[in-house]
Amino acid sequence: MSTSPVPLVVDNLIDDRRTRIIVCCGSGGVGKTTIAAAVGLRAAERGRRVVVLTVDPARRLAQSMGLTSLDNTPRPVTGIRTGGAGDGGSMHAMMLDMKRTFDEIVESHADPDRAAQILANPFYQSLSSSFAGTQEYMAMEKLGQLRRADEWDLIVVDTPPSRSALDFLDAPQRLGRFLDGRLLRLLVAPAKLGGKTGLRMLNAGFGLVTGVVTKIIGSQLLRDVQTFVSAMDTMFGGFRERAEYTYRLLRAPGTAFLVIAAPENDALREASYFVERLERDGMPLAGLVLNRVHRSPAARLSAARSLAAAETLQGLDDGESTALGITALRLHAERMRRAESERRLARRFTAAHPLVPVARVPAQPDDVHDLNGLRVIGVTFTAN
Amino acid sequence: MSVRDTDWDGVRLHVVTGKGGTGKTTVAAALALALASNGKPVLLMEVEGRQGIAQVFDVPPLPYEERRVAVAPAHRDRPGGDVFALAVDPQSALIEYLEMFYNLRQAGRALTKLGVLDFATTIAPGLSDVLLTGKAAEAARRKAGGSFVYGAVVMDAPPTGRISRFLNISSEVSGLAKVGPIRGHADTVQSVIRSPQTAVHFVTLLEEMPVQETLDGIAELHEVGGGGIQPGGIVVNMMREAELAGRRTAGRGTLGSKTRDTHALELALKAAGLGEDAGLAADLADELADEARTARSQRVLRRQLDEAGQPCYELPLITDGIDLAALYRLAEAMRDQGAA
Repeated sequence: MSTSPVPLVVDNLIDDRRTRIIVCCGSGGVGKTTIAAAVGLRAAERGRRVVVLTVDPARRLAQSMGLTSLDNTPRPVTGIRTGGAGDGGSMHAMMLDMKRTFDEIVESHADPDRAAQILANPFYQSLSSSFAGTQEYMAMEKLGQLRRADEWDLIVVDTPPSRSALDFLDAPQRLGRFLDGRLLRLLVAPAKLGGKTGLRMLNAGFGLVTGVVTKIIGSQLLRDVQTFVSAMDTMFGGFRERAEYTYRLLRAPGTAFLVIAAPENDALREASYFVERLERDGMPLAGLVLNRVHRSPAARLSAARSLAAAETLQGLDDGESTALGITALRLHAERMRRAESERRLARRFTAAHPLVPVARVPAQPDDVHDLNGLRVIGVTFTAN
Repeated sequence: MSVRDTDWDGVRLHVVTGKGGTGKTTVAAALALALASNGKPVLLMEVEGRQGIAQVFDVPPLPYEERRVAVAPAHRDRPGGDVFALAVDPQSALIEYLEMFYNLRQAGRALTKLGVLDFATTIAPGLSDVLLTGKAAEAARRKAGGSFVYGAVVMDAPPTGRISRFLNISSEVSGLAKVGPIRGHADTVQSVIRSPQTAVHFVTLLEEMPVQETLDGIAELHEVGGGGIQPGGIVVNMMREAELAGRRTAGRGTLGSKTRDTHALELALKAAGLGEDAGLAADLADELADEARTARSQRVLRRQLDEAGQPCYELPLITDGIDLAALYRLAEAMRDQGAA
């Protein structure tokens, strides 16, 4: 049984002009944002007009792309090399502000008075700033907006740091379902549904339901919800539609998913779930990017031989070269062991998903915080 | 009764947070074992519905029920205490709560079916948090026969970015009922969370973003109104041997230039019986240089963590996968450093 995967050549993906959206997903802490930025830069310097949508970048990484504030607007990234192959390329980057994105939807769908009323509603405020799923919904909403604006020929999206990597696929629909949901309407305006058969039992228990809900959440919040819902009435139906639009967009040809993982147990397990889910939903998976892979330039010296050599040195004099040799040989042994354990995990992934192409990005000695650091990663996207 | 001094004597509720990927659940499990080796039972709970504890201890998914998952190692003549685990979800906690206050268990089931409880916890995001932290506070204070049922409660909490909001109960429920049982419940929970009985530990790696989030998280805990919430220790997780050793022999990584390193390594390789191999020496020198670079940026991050003024604990990287033996090892490391 072969355990070496099909190589994933990210350059082929970004050089293909039909690729319009690249979604980088994976569990937290695997370097999604860095990979998204590196893909964006690489594409821009190969002639694409790129916008990178990030959700929660590390400060210095954001600064490297010229993002100093979270202002929800694509900003040009300076320092892109667009000579030669990069002719015509450009790069923009933006950080998502979920509350502002939500506010903008409200403002564009309601007249000014009604919009002001909604924006001031306490329930709306907690919904737009802390509702689980709002960030995912707004990230997808923003993606839809950028796509419709049609100013860029490639959008690279970094998905929110969810508790599970799958959240961003489900959360928009969940929020949409909730906002358009029957129960919400029922609680808010029970009179409208009165008389319909099948709901009689529900109505019978209705006093109990509102009673309990009021006891739990308080009558003030329930009133805020009622005000919110009646003010949003014009937009109802819209949320689920929008969620479905982005969902379709994700499935369309021209979209490619990169699943990012570190060569660690948890991250790869999450990557497995993700790959399976994408396949089930018919989402176009381009492949797995294994980030922070450890390699050794001296792989011909095995961990065991290296440790044995270090032991030999320990019996010798305590000179400068001996001490350095012991340090270097132990370090090398550890690196080799780590590389071997990473390879084992990667093999396990490939055994379970033999058709998923894999790209490897070597671990960098320290955190990436300038365009050159991103370029170093980009170089590994080439066919080799 | 503990005979050892630890950094957190008097703390009954240990909240463990950390950025995704830092090993928060593993550290919470190790801390629970470390605390249980004082002899008393410890409750380890998770609140995010991920079944991470079940995975770490390699047991079937946990129900809403306190179940024994492990026994802590014995120490000297004292046997280790049991570690119980519980996966809390807001809806079950709400049903339990309704039953406690209204004797509404049957109704609770009906309400669940209709989606009413889901609805209530959905439209009031603070409500879930009150219920989850409330369960932890209740377990930490639960008594039987005049003494505490659990020696300590460890909560595998939401990640660093959300932790202060999660624990800041009073602002969370400001939108909820002004009077009534939930508000009363929230006030009780808050008095536990903001007392010296609660400490919030941060799990981090020596990487830029987790360190930044840790520092931000600690600052946010101080800023929580009414005197803040007590930050606990900083757990620097997944440290490699070289990093742990490097801290003891600081500066002994490289001779200062690749040429000098390569030359010295050539001599060393020859002395070690690996023959004359200039290429290998140069490659090993490159590895040393990489390591030195990593060590430099890690030192900066480590200094930033030290300046936060909280105790720091270092845990080794476990490369062979987390099993009970690995958890014991991590628990021992935490005890040795005074975390439990």
